[in-house]
Amino acid sequence: MAPADPSRIAKLNADYARAIDDDRLEDWPTFFAASCLYTITSADNYRQGLPAGLMYADSQGMLQDRVAALRKANIYERQTYRHLVGLPAILGEKDSGTIAETPFLVVRIMRDGHMDLFATGRYLDTLVEETGSLKFRERLVVCDSSRIDTLLAIPL
Amino acid sequence: MSASDPARAWPDAALTRVPYWLYQDEANYRTELRRIFEGPTWSFVCLEADLQHRGDFRTTFVGEMPVLVVRGEDGVIHAFENRCAHRGALISLDDQGTAKHFQCVYHAWTYDLQGNLTGIAFEKGSHGRGGMPPSFSKAAHGPRKLETAVLHGLVFASLCPDAPSIEAYLGEEIVGRVARVLRRPIRVLGRFVQALPNNWKLYVENVKDTYHASLLHAFFGTFRITRLTQGGGILVSPDGGHHASYTTDRADDRSSTAYREQGIRSERQDYRLADPSLLDSVDEFGDGIQLQILTVFPGFVLQQIQNCLAVRQVLPKGLDAMELHWTYFGFADDTAEMRTRRLRQLNLVGPAGYVSMEDGCVGGFVSRGAAAAGDEVSVVNMGGDGTESAETRATEASVRGFWKAYRRYMGH
Repeated sequence: MAPADPSRIAKLNADYARAIDDDRLEDWPTFFAASCLYTITSADNYRQGLPAGLMYADSQGMLQDRVAALRKANIYERQTYRHLVGLPAILGEKDSGTIAETPFLVVRIMRDGHMDLFATGRYLDTLVEETGSLKFRERLVVCDSSRIDTLLAIPL
Repeated sequence: MSASDPARAWPDAALTRVPYWLYQDEANYRTELRRIFEGPTWSFVCLEADLQHRGDFRTTFVGEMPVLVVRGEDGVIHAFENRCAHRGALISLDDQGTAKHFQCVYHAWTYDLQGNLTGIAFEKGSHGRGGMPPSFSKAAHGPRKLETAVLHGLVFASLCPDAPSIEAYLGEEIVGRVARVLRRPIRVLGRFVQALPNNWKLYVENVKDTYHASLLHAFFGTFRITRLTQGGGILVSPDGGHHASYTTDRADDRSSTAYREQGIRSERQDYRLADPSLLDSVDEFGDGIQLQILTVFPGFVLQQIQNCLAVRQVLPKGLDAMELHWTYFGFADDTAEMRTRRLRQLNLVGPAGYVSMEDGCVGGFVSRGAAAAGDEVSVVNMGGDGTESAETRATEASVRGFWKAYRRYMGH
């Protein structure tokens, strides 16, 4: 498989972050391949090989369900994120796709104007070409801290 | 104002009205740490699975007291205050690890795995000068030791040597409900910390409150994971402090319209999962109980929501803040299929849980709503005024039970 172009990965990351920060959550699943895995964990859990995630979606449907729950079922105060996403480091090519690691920082803005540095970490991605575009086969969100303030509603 | 101020008394002997100053009074909070967390109660400190080998340790808290929990050379689990006997610095700075002994970084005083002070750097001074007085007894100095007890893989600690045994503390019924879930060796699947912007008691009340579960949490109500129209009930220990609530499926609930008729938000007719594998569960305990939430006074939760298992440790962090330490687990002999099922169902709980995220914010809503209401009271009257076990969950008996135990320990 041809290695993915770093600028295409950077564009995918930028589009991904804008979709979340602009509250176009319905677009969020479209950045993933038809067969996919999305999880959020912490550096400690990752280092210890503990598999549980704060969010865990191993299908497109589960990504869509997360958005549907946020829109229709869950109660949480109105809030938005601002993602700052670093440059992807391409770590190699595997049969499963291109392996890339990208650092991120997310500021959370609450409805009363309170802002805090909500999460930092790295995306550990496996990227594949699907129907002419680059998609996440796997996006493992490894937060630097295991401590989450109050709740984590919107995906990182 | 202090708890002894007449304006800060409970309205009367009943448990159905709870004054808001209990969440707001700094002096009362300090008294709670002393009389409850450091009193004749048992606090969960870790899983036995965390301490498999001699020398394995974890650091945690009992109330605000930092604690080291260690499997000693004798194979027994010991717990002692994570505080050097010399100047009070933390003895261990790690969350977990394996040690032959512990040495304080400040002046290199050394402790064995049971918390005994065994070594003092330059105890005899240098070149015949300085050092500790010959009369200084190492045996008479050391961090405070805690009693420990292991119950079906859960490790509890108590600062009070006079505390009843863990079995007597919990009572037969609650012990049975712990045993129901923890019958096999545990495997930890992950750990997370959720920092909550509220007094610790608001979270404990929330966990004991079976009334809110299907009302606040649309996910529960819509997918019939737990609804007040299903079977089930609550067990409250005789002293009120511990509880287990449980839900069983009822065939007639499938067609129940009680939620719809009352216009309750949490039953969403239009909400369907695109991937229902999240709810694919098996009756692994073989008794038809699809949900069991169990609390141990003051701050422990054992949770079974279908095949989603976790323990939660409630740690007070000041009057208006607490941390919830989640440990997700399965069993050592889980099949790959069961492990995937648990990982999927863990979407229900934790800081991002379809259910638990709401419990993470609702305590803050109460704190903010009642900010100026210190002399007002909340109403805890569902199901009457008692604390007895009941075959319904449309009751606040276990919340009243919490206050019954609380008042006894606090002397309110």
